[in-house]
Amino acid sequence: MSNITNQSLSEILESIKSKKISSLELTQSYIKNIENAKKLNAFVTTTFDQALENAKKFDNKPNNGQLLGGVPLAVKDLFCTENVKTTAGSNILNNFVPSYESTVTKNLWNNGAFLLGKLNCDEFAMGSSNETSFFGNVINPIGDHLVPGGSSGGSSSALAADLTPATIGTDTGGSIRQPASFTGTVGLKPTYGLCSRWGIVAFASSLDQAGPMTKTVNDCSIMLEAMSGFDEKDSTSINKKKELYSKNLKDNIKGLKIGIPKEYRVDNMPKEIDELWEKGKKILKDSGAQLIDISLPHTKYALPTYYIVAPAEASSNLARYDGVRYGYRSQKGKDLIEMYENTRSEGFGDEVKRRILIGTYVLSSGYYDAYYLKAQKVRQLIKKDFDDSFTKVDAILTPSTPSSAFKIGEKTNDPVSMYLNDIFTVPVNLAGLPALSLPAGLDKQGYPLGLQLIGKALDEQKILNIGYAFEKNCGYKNEIKKWWS
Amino acid sequence: MSLDKEKIKHVAKLARISVDEAKVDSLTKDLNSIFKFIEQLNELNTDKVEPLTSILNQSLRSRKDEIIDGKIREKILKNSPKKNEEFFVVPKVVE
Repeated sequence: MSNITNQSLSEILESIKSKKISSLELTQSYIKNIENAKKLNAFVTTTFDQALENAKKFDNKPNNGQLLGGVPLAVKDLFCTENVKTTAGSNILNNFVPSYESTVTKNLWNNGAFLLGKLNCDEFAMGSSNETSFFGNVINPIGDHLVPGGSSGGSSSALAADLTPATIGTDTGGSIRQPASFTGTVGLKPTYGLCSRWGIVAFASSLDQAGPMTKTVNDCSIMLEAMSGFDEKDSTSINKKKELYSKNLKDNIKGLKIGIPKEYRVDNMPKEIDELWEKGKKILKDSGAQLIDISLPHTKYALPTYYIVAPAEASSNLARYDGVRYGYRSQKGKDLIEMYENTRSEGFGDEVKRRILIGTYVLSSGYYDAYYLKAQKVRQLIKKDFDDSFTKVDAILTPSTPSSAFKIGEKTNDPVSMYLNDIFTVPVNLAGLPALSLPAGLDKQGYPLGLQLIGKALDEQKILNIGYAFEKNCGYKNEIKKWWS
Repeated sequence: MSLDKEKIKHVAKLARISVDEAKVDSLTKDLNSIFKFIEQLNELNTDKVEPLTSILNQSLRSRKDEIIDGKIREKILKNSPKKNEEFFVVPKVVE
């Protein structure tokens, strides 16, 4: 079965269960694909030997009762993996080998999956194009001159190029949904607190969430079911009954109310995105949903708020990289303070340094009220916009991004234009809500475009169901020519 | 407001990041354009708004103050760039 890696995760699981393919054959197929796709630069580390061992172990004693039995998975290199190097895309963690496993990856392994490798990402997940990684930029399989989005750019590239059957990323301001949109794949940012943050390299702790990136909505529900759940070790983990997202997935959305926020039509947005949005509305309407115009008046303030809150939290989180306990240490400097300063200057890249400086400044004495406190107040207004809307609607439909994938190097000299990529995704993180990005069509250059469904807190099942109905009626198919192998 | 080079060097000192003199100009330009963007928030009157400190409708859980792991010194020291048998080693602090 040479084309097994083209298939969705759920089809692959069926093939394993019915013994059409062994876990070992499957793993070997992915390894071959990965070896032929070095040009994409999607992987920082591969764990082939370990994966082959695990595949053999599964084949000798298959457990098909498990959600992900026998499936090799590559994950973003932001998840700590026991005895496997974890870099967060940074020079400062280039030699870091955790002695523990993140809860989310442990959940995947407990469901029968095993590690295939670690995927490139923007340094400390700070970026929208995967160009800030110490390990070089990742290339979008859609075209050799295109970014795969970011920060989970290695994840989106590997998934779209059939280098892993599904993957996981993290999303602080759009880092799952924007790369999913740029590669024609499905990406879900869950409700804040649904997936444990324990063992994930921290960026902005009040915003970070891990989530699945997959080829189909059904795959997304399977991955979410496997990775989510209460965790004692994360103090913001929500303690609730485990949900069976894949079992409860259904495409009947008759009578559901879908909000259309007028503020998501921004200046200079390509006409094609507007048309795509119209197409999305029509699909949901034809599926029996009811469209309702709503207003989220503080939308335009979400990005400025984010660029205070996220750098502030990052400057605090990244204070731990001091060259003493783990990570890179500079050999330069005559005393302890100089050692710290040189370690951090040599260990961090430009974008990370920029954000640490912004964060340090907005938290510094005399400026806290004007910036950080102000941002927390605006964050309240943004959350209230959503709270008010969700008294009237079940979910909200918006475009995922204001453009399709852009060219490598196109936005690296202008940080603000790079930040504007996340204009539609950031409000969701500030409000702690779940949101699903779905592939919905192509622009005139033939590059994928996505639409985003935003749900109420903990309403993942509903947006997955709407996404499932949308997917059936949209007919989007990701056909990527494998130019790299 | 605008950030001048001296201010940026001061903030870098607070953040314990040494800044290359040759890069100060471009850093100043970038940070000023970011702050100009951020300062759109000043259009909003937030006098009567409570700051949002947690997105969850739950307070942080506390656990019993008891040891749940331990005896993992080796694991903890494993990734240190410089150590002796029991300690992290740093440049000399006290003369």
